Amino acid sequence: MLKQYSFEKTAVQTFPDNVSLAMRTENLQVFYGANHAMHDADLGFPKNQITALIGASGSGKSTYLRSLNRMNDNIATVTGKIWYHGVDINEPNVNIYEIRRHIGMVFQRPNPFAKSIRENIVYALKANGFKGKAELEGRVETSLKGAALWDEVKDSLDKSALALSGGQQQRLCIARSIAMEPDVLLLDEPCSALDPISTVKVEETLLELQKKYSIIIVTHNMQQAARVSSQCAFFHLGHVMEYTPTATMFSNPQIPVTQDYISGSFG
Amino acid sequence: MEQTNFQLKKQDAQSHEWDARLHRATRATREDWIGRGISYLCIGVIILVVASMLWFITSKGIATFTQNHVSLWKFLSGTNWAPDQGNIGALPMIVGSFAVTFAAAIVATPFAVGTAIFMTEISPNKGRKVLQPVIELLVGIPSVVYGFIGLAVVVPFMRHLVGGSGFGIISATFVLFVMVLPTITTMTVDSLRAVPRHYKEASLALGATRWQTVSRVILRSATPGILTAVIFGMARAFGEALAVQMVIGNAAIMPKNLISPASTLTSQLTTGIGDTIDGTLPNNALWSLALILLLMSLFFNALVRFIAKRGQLKNGR
Repeated sequence: MLKQYSFEKTAVQTFPDNVSLAMRTENLQVFYGANHAMHDADLGFPKNQITALIGASGSGKSTYLRSLNRMNDNIATVTGKIWYHGVDINEPNVNIYEIRRHIGMVFQRPNPFAKSIRENIVYALKANGFKGKAELEGRVETSLKGAALWDEVKDSLDKSALALSGGQQQRLCIARSIAMEPDVLLLDEPCSALDPISTVKVEETLLELQKKYSIIIVTHNMQQAARVSSQCAFFHLGHVMEYTPTATMFSNPQIPVTQDYISGSFG
Repeated sequence: MEQTNFQLKKQDAQSHEWDARLHRATRATREDWIGRGISYLCIGVIILVVASMLWFITSKGIATFTQNHVSLWKFLSGTNWAPDQGNIGALPMIVGSFAVTFAAAIVATPFAVGTAIFMTEISPNKGRKVLQPVIELLVGIPSVVYGFIGLAVVVPFMRHLVGGSGFGIISATFVLFVMVLPTITTMTVDSLRAVPRHYKEASLALGATRWQTVSRVILRSATPGILTAVIFGMARAFGEALAVQMVIGNAAIMPKNLISPASTLTSQLTTGIGDTIDGTLPNNALWSLALILLLMSLFFNALVRFIAKRGQLKNGR
């Protein structure tokens, strides 16, 4: 039996005005039909930092993440506000294609298209109206370098992306997202299908990428959250229970539920 | 020492017991044997039926050339079909068959793909609840009903529209279009639904529009499946006899245009089958038409297999 924890007692940090935020949500709620999957999430994400969202399966962290670039459209009902550059992007009349250009996403399972490595990256650029061979080639190179994949694939750009290893595929997906030069990168358990060595490479890539991008990563792996993130939010049964700097969360959790989850004595 | 020997003997005895126990037949092994026997019997019967049909049609079909000494080239390229007088040029029927088949496929494919996209991407709910049953119903309507509607509606309509008798390739195309549409649509829907969901998500997450996603990712990835669907539709059109016979006019002459009476391999076969005597040239000539139909369906089958293989290579599975 899962222990009952009070949802009243939470410890969610807010940031002072001098911290500039890439995104912020206000009373974000998500419903799958009658199922209330996410309650009142008020989180801010500092610029050029990695924020980790942790929690057990079904805690709502992926649901929350997918709401941030409107991937839950037509799947779930999302209410509340999502602030991005002073605009509430949860409004129905916002251009979702433009949002996704600025807020990229990488999924749990590496999902390159059945195209060549080059075309995988060019696809998104062309879909967004980029033209010119030189410009496209340049973007392919810089984004592959950004994802730390360039040295491994520079001689085989026209080979099928499906011939790459899982870790390489996932870094290709990251390259594909950053080719658009987004502000924010959302990653939904990007390493859960990868072996430890590939995981390390992706993590190193992320640490490098936070210099240019603001990153929000959902992970099951608490060590991973501790290794890469600056801020950490703990989700439990559709509630944000605790949101603190990562160092604080792992050394000095504020409330019992977080303490139990982190020490592994959950339920 | 003695004790060890004793133990060994004891083990030996036990081992024999186990040997017997593990090798004897039980209910489980007998059931296994019976089950295997039944499925071998079934597959044997089916192989026998198929093989004897192939042999029968082939031997009858080549009799025209071996017994009646008609040259194969004359049969395939001759345009005069009068078996009673010894003229068996099958080209008009071959042309007719291919004309209606390709025309129906060309007209039906865009409609089928459009419908399938609507059913899977634009309105999956309506697709499942309303369109799916409607299309399944269309598949189930007997071909004679299609032919009858063609005869009662399409032929008079064409007569008014373009003049002439109204019988001809264009009427046959129209009837076949309606008949192959559900075949191509349902198979296209299946292949679109089989496109991995994560392709679509990846594309949308990159800021591609729904239309870009459909046209560049989903349709691209489903292309082998759609081609297979079109070929199945063509195979159906090529083999359809009754409905075509009712609207095409059945004149065994080279079709000069789309609105004059023509005939197909199947329609000529059904028209002529009652009037010939077994073993004579007119009868053998019909078997030769049947042989062409058989070879064509083998060809369609081979094509489908080829595309499936290529598709697997392309998708890296």
